[in-house]
Amino acid sequence: METTVANTGTEGKIWGGGNQPLKASYGKLMMWFFILSDALTFSGFLAAYGFSRFKFIDSWPIADEVFNHFPFLHGVDAPMYYVALMTFILIFSSVTMVLAVDAGHQMKQKKVILYMFLTIIGGAIFVGSQAWEWKNFIKGEYGAVETKGGQILQFLDTEGHRVALHDIAIDMPQERVQHESKNGIWYKSEGTLPTYTIEEIRAGFAKRSDLLIRTQVLTDTGEKTILSREESLRRLNTDAIGIVEGANLIHNEYGTPLFANFFFFITGFHGFHVFSGVVINIIIFFNIILGTYEKRKNYEMVEKVGLYWHFVDLVWVFVFTFFYLV
Amino acid sequence: MAHDTAHHESNTSRIWKVFILLSVVTIVEVILGIIKPAFLIETTLISMKLLNWIFIILTIYKAYYITWAFMHMEGETKGLRRAVVWTAVFLISYLIFILLTEGDYIYEVFKAGHKSWDF
Repeated sequence: METTVANTGTEGKIWGGGNQPLKASYGKLMMWFFILSDALTFSGFLAAYGFSRFKFIDSWPIADEVFNHFPFLHGVDAPMYYVALMTFILIFSSVTMVLAVDAGHQMKQKKVILYMFLTIIGGAIFVGSQAWEWKNFIKGEYGAVETKGGQILQFLDTEGHRVALHDIAIDMPQERVQHESKNGIWYKSEGTLPTYTIEEIRAGFAKRSDLLIRTQVLTDTGEKTILSREESLRRLNTDAIGIVEGANLIHNEYGTPLFANFFFFITGFHGFHVFSGVVINIIIFFNIILGTYEKRKNYEMVEKVGLYWHFVDLVWVFVFTFFYLV
Repeated sequence: MAHDTAHHESNTSRIWKVFILLSVVTIVEVILGIIKPAFLIETTLISMKLLNWIFIILTIYKAYYITWAFMHMEGETKGLRRAVVWTAVFLISYLIFILLTEGDYIYEVFKAGHKSWDF
């Protein structure tokens, strides 16, 4: 390069443009620019989450009770174990990535291939796990009742265990059928009807005297408030208007709708980053196999995608803390 | 720590050390999150539970190691390091301060009963 550029007399002068004050290549600097701006985007999301959390500080859902599934352990209460495992998988794939960068510095193609492969596998397992988390979150487990003020009421037995709607509801004959566009005058269809009507839940609840209701409001010790039997009956008969099973962007059985919204947006945005990271890693992986970087005599490209991959891990460390731990 | 791009000795031992460190910190976080020691929940510091402060400090500790060791920030020039880290730290601190203060204010408004929400 030096031979093609005319001497301008600025060589060696820090602000003359003739040197690189940051001693980093253009590509790496641009990657840092991108990472910084992306970090601010994620901070915006997490700070907005914090805002809503502080706004509903005494009625926010308890993460341990929501994320307590583990593959092949049905019905076992496993708070956060799976998310912790996901965190390990992501940290480990960060380690294999940095090992790939390290091997690249020493121009060891075979080693770079192996470590990049492990990184891609780790990323793929993580995205799959996140999809599984979403599935559980959307499907829900116990179901709940929503009041006209949008509050979520959940059911408990006297020992404090959660009781699912299907254990409460009494089957009542009804004529309400799902409205379809073909038999309507305005040719509009409606969404799927809920599995149970609120009347079925009321009847079932009245019959089983061991049932209680708990509200979203947290006590001083950080647990949900459990209502007395009379108060439970009153809330269910006067305030409740419908049932909620699982979660979408409008209703969820865990608590305030914002909880599900932030869950979908933040973990979804992060999952999208992991997904694009895996795709970029695969492209680089094939380039390494084809020997592109051997010909270039440097593996800086691996370093650059490595920066992005570590950033994805970095963001997850924060998401993990603020979504699952705090 | 000016970085010399010409020579590259292998740092695999440091990488594994950082990995063990990050793993231990994560395990500690999960254990604390599951057992939730009573005294850490009852004690509050600047209107937040002590346990949450511990989580946040451990998270920043992990973030430091990921950035410094894995993203190789320790080897970059001082200028690049400050351009990235200071920008993020100051902007994010300000954003969090403003939003959390505002969130707490709205919580107080709700609690004062000017607006009924639990019905």
